[in-house]
Amino acid sequence: MDFIQLVISGLANGCVYGLIALGFVLIYKATEAVNFAQGDFMMIGAFVCLGFTNSDFLGLNFWLSIVLAMGVMAILGYLFDWGILRHMSGQSQTSIVILTIAVGFILRFLAGSIWSHEPVSLETPFAGEYVRAGGLVLGVDEILIIVVTILLTFGLYLFFSRTKLGVAMQAASQNQLAAYYMGIPVKRIQSLVWALSGVVAAVAGILFASKGAIDPASGLLGIKAFAAAAIGGFGSLPGALVGGLIIGLIEPLSARYAPDGFAGIARIAPYAILIIVLIFRPGGLFSQTQKKKV
Amino acid sequence: MSAPLLDIKNATQRFGGVVAVNDVTMHVNKGEVFALVGPNGAGKSTVFNLLSRFYTPAEGSITFDGTDLLKLNSDQIPSLGIARTFQNIELFEQATVLQNLLVGRHRHRKTNVLSDIFFTPSARKQERQHRHAVEEVIDFLDLQAYRDKMISGLPYGVRKVVELGRALATQPKLLLLDEPASGLSVEETQDMAFWIEDIQKQMGITVLMVEHDMGLVSAVSNRVMALAEGKELATGTPAEVQSHPAVIEAYLGTSGIQKGGTADKKKTSKGAAA
Repeated sequence: MDFIQLVISGLANGCVYGLIALGFVLIYKATEAVNFAQGDFMMIGAFVCLGFTNSDFLGLNFWLSIVLAMGVMAILGYLFDWGILRHMSGQSQTSIVILTIAVGFILRFLAGSIWSHEPVSLETPFAGEYVRAGGLVLGVDEILIIVVTILLTFGLYLFFSRTKLGVAMQAASQNQLAAYYMGIPVKRIQSLVWALSGVVAAVAGILFASKGAIDPASGLLGIKAFAAAAIGGFGSLPGALVGGLIIGLIEPLSARYAPDGFAGIARIAPYAILIIVLIFRPGGLFSQTQKKKV
Repeated sequence: MSAPLLDIKNATQRFGGVVAVNDVTMHVNKGEVFALVGPNGAGKSTVFNLLSRFYTPAEGSITFDGTDLLKLNSDQIPSLGIARTFQNIELFEQATVLQNLLVGRHRHRKTNVLSDIFFTPSARKQERQHRHAVEEVIDFLDLQAYRDKMISGLPYGVRKVVELGRALATQPKLLLLDEPASGLSVEETQDMAFWIEDIQKQMGITVLMVEHDMGLVSAVSNRVMALAEGKELATGTPAEVQSHPAVIEAYLGTSGIQKGGTADKKKTSKGAAA
């Protein structure tokens, strides 16, 4: 029972990591840029929702606030690409990476100034509620996190495989030149991918905040999610989710079953796994790179 | 003859001090196959890239079917009915042949995100039409065996055909072929010649191509323009252009000292097509 309990809470954490990792991968695939501010986008998404719904701020309906937060993050993502990154096209990857790291710092500062530097909890209608099933005590928040992640994944799958826009995004990420000549406005599509990753970040942030508290430093969770994306094979959407789940699971399990005095191993376990995966499968678990034919 | 389908007037494109295309004027009539030939660096590909709107010419005008091309962006070109292939093949590598051809239908897809996700009857009907159009292309180019194969695993010759298929799937009025025969075997080049003929005669698509293989050019083109160093040397039927003194001079040189490489190239390609 103890084990199952740990697995479920690990899965819930893993879903959040997985969703942030998904944001990394979406942007990497579409623009070949790595957005090191993805964790901070997640944090901002949580704060925006909190700002709409918490009684200290606007006190709007929780569900409405979620939709608003997703909308705000979509617009922020779009504007970030349209206003800043588009003017940097042709610059080296390094400059873009440094830029996103800088943006992360700015976002953490802004979040602290606008909302709070201290941890705040998101006021959800289901806070503290739980269900008993057999000998298990499951937090409603944890169940919701898992369910929402499954639904979002399924939605994204339908979006990418079926819709004109989703297919255009895939095409633009595989070959920009060819995409142009199929009539795909590649630059606008890239901005829309940023918008989409903003939405995913908002969902991740709201889920994260709903089972605890959020503070500006939560943005640094992005580093762990980056490890998740790398484990999954940077560039694979299912890989990002699986990578997130692996990290989510390894943390509570390693803390629980580590020998006495080694509980701190949970903190380094995700990175140890990352190193092991990269040694044995340098492309990640779900890598799509082909061996070069000679 | 009515107004030409494609009309280029006094186009000039410079890269730094190099004049890649120098005051070129040409037109392509509806329904013809028009070939651009010339030694390497003559400016043929630059003309293509001007038409694709990679570059904006320093001077001159380009109109297609009455529309000023220079007012449009690259991604708006396909909606006019211009499709192209690339010298170095630009396909979607991590997708199947079928998926690549379906992306060619992009400009014809009129659905929105919601109707696509819920796969409404109208979206379904459109999907059927697109699949049907793509299957016709697959039949035409004999790609059945490769329909569900990933591009990344396909040999060069097949990729070349897939790229042609993707361009046809857009149902263009004008097809730009950038060296359709380069890298193909003799047999594959013959197939390409048949297809170009069918594309012109059965599908009624106008073709503008850049090609080094004079055999293919003579076999399929109605008119040819020879370029050298960005300038027009001669325009006319394949035979006229090949016997034009300025063209012979550009390929062989004047002083009687043969520039071996280019001369050989012309000879071999002629031989290959015979």
